[in-house]
Amino acid sequence: MSWGLRDVRVRRGQHVALDAVTVSVDPSRITVVVGGDGAGKSTCFQVLVGLLQPDAGTVDRPAKERIGYVPATAGLYADLTVAENLDFIADAYRLPASERRRKAGEIIERTGLAGARHRLGGKLSGGMQRKLAVGLALLHSPELLVLDEPTTGVDPVSRAELWRLISGAAAGGTAVAVTTTYVNEAARGSSVILLEAGHVLASGSPEEILRGVPGTVGTARAAGRPSPLSWRRGASWRVWAPAGRLPDGVQPVQPDFDDAVVVAALASEPGR
Amino acid sequence: MVAKEFRELRRDRRTVAMMIVLPVVLLVVFGYAANFKVHDIPAVVVGPAARQAAPLLRAPTFHVTGVDPAAGEPAARARLRDGQAVVAVVTGGGRPLVLLDGTQLFSVETAEAALARLPAAAGPAAPRVRILYDPDLTTSWVMVPGLAGLILVFIGTLITSLGVVRERQSGTLEQLAVMPFRAWDVIAGKIAPYLIVAAVDLVLIVVIGMGVFHVPFAGNVGVFALGAALFLLVTLGMGILISTVSQNQGQAIQLAFMILLPQVLLSGLIFPVPSMAAGVRWISYVLPLTYFIEISRGVMLKAMPVSALWQPLGLLALLAVVVLGLAIVRFRRDLAPDTRATRPRARTAEPAPL
Repeated sequence: MSWGLRDVRVRRGQHVALDAVTVSVDPSRITVVVGGDGAGKSTCFQVLVGLLQPDAGTVDRPAKERIGYVPATAGLYADLTVAENLDFIADAYRLPASERRRKAGEIIERTGLAGARHRLGGKLSGGMQRKLAVGLALLHSPELLVLDEPTTGVDPVSRAELWRLISGAAAGGTAVAVTTTYVNEAARGSSVILLEAGHVLASGSPEEILRGVPGTVGTARAAGRPSPLSWRRGASWRVWAPAGRLPDGVQPVQPDFDDAVVVAALASEPGR
Repeated sequence: MVAKEFRELRRDRRTVAMMIVLPVVLLVVFGYAANFKVHDIPAVVVGPAARQAAPLLRAPTFHVTGVDPAAGEPAARARLRDGQAVVAVVTGGGRPLVLLDGTQLFSVETAEAALARLPAAAGPAAPRVRILYDPDLTTSWVMVPGLAGLILVFIGTLITSLGVVRERQSGTLEQLAVMPFRAWDVIAGKIAPYLIVAAVDLVLIVVIGMGVFHVPFAGNVGVFALGAALFLLVTLGMGILISTVSQNQGQAIQLAFMILLPQVLLSGLIFPVPSMAAGVRWISYVLPLTYFIEISRGVMLKAMPVSALWQPLGLLALLAVVVLGLAIVRFRRDLAPDTRATRPRARTAEPAPL
């Protein structure tokens, strides 16, 4: 069974927070929603888990017992120890006594928190807190795992570990939805949605999104801006030619995900 | 720097309200409510010479609410116990006997002074005065039952609101809403611990009051417990209500403070309610502490039966239903914004009319 949003529209007063957004989350797959701050990622997930009622569109989600959700802000109780946090979640989802010990042990091992079992949640490092939060959301083996910016503000090593945890869940059959502000993480998903200002700029597999970049992208080592449709990339410039013809002195390159996101944003500008 | 501070302040409306409203409230309260002088002390006169004695209890100090020549001392005592009168004059058989309700410290002092000034025409014999319930007019006897209520307000309102706001602030409330809890489970789960702690605290306060200050506990523990339970539900409701309109713990503390202060000043804990100006007195009558103090003093010091306390008990029950009901409705809205989501595999929204 596949979950997700179809043509969802959410208004907040006069402001349209989400407009015709479709997100599909399939079992054993990771759907990554990429976007900047205020793109509507959290709103999207709040609709998905049932915290927010959309104004239009349809939402498919499993029963509450089968959802694991980690909001962007929290995911654990700071004044409870790691073990107590696990106990609370096990109680909340009424895990049978025989299962909870095994499951908790498994989560502790997968999150690498064996040595921190009796430390307070609030005293863990940022990366450990996020790992615990994801681990807690996995404790009851949900059908749908919804993680809002699990890797934001986390060091690269912990980020890699978090992604291993997330991929492990998908490998076990869970349908996973993740938001991120880090464009390079989009490639981790089997399906990617580029969201900006409540609109879907592009969606599909990472390959499809890269293949779908319109026009031509090139690179140039110029002192000044080579064209209005260009942006800095390290020491050089990236240039986008919507019609395919790059200015002189600009070498065509294979666009990567960063390029795809910028091009999608440029292409969505009014009048283009 | 100064301009920046003012700009920040202007955006923190609650603090501005507290800085401007609070001094005004304090002034009004102290001006109108803080009145130790008592007038219109309710009095009853019984015994064969009741009709002759009644006119001696003059207004504005006294307000004679009943004259009953056929009744005797037991009836007079019952009236005092049930709070229908503060002064009871028993005539007949030589010197008249004046009974005073010692739990009304200020009224008793005023009444004693007025009785001493009675003109010689009062009769050949000066009345005998007997103070009931708190014969030595010990302040702590009257204060401890009231303080018990104040401490319950503190725990119920402030600590509960902080507990709920902490959950909201850290974002875990959002997570609880997605977990397979019914809204009721969450509400009961959040309230129960505070209810238990407050109940333990209450027992502790009463026991310490009895042990250290020798405050009597003359009445029925069950009646006291009933009043305390109703009162606690109101205070917990206020705590939850505060939490639903506060984004962080600082705001919750501010609001709780604004609710606590009038209860300290206007509930009859310090200043007698009947001597407050009418414009301020009505506030007392919507404060739960006013009724709890009536119950706790009545039961502990005067052994008031439940039949005499039905009014404060009923009003507390009404307040509990209103305040707690409102709190639960608001809290539920936070927990279950999409009630249909509780259905398995809900296909939620239909297209809304645009």
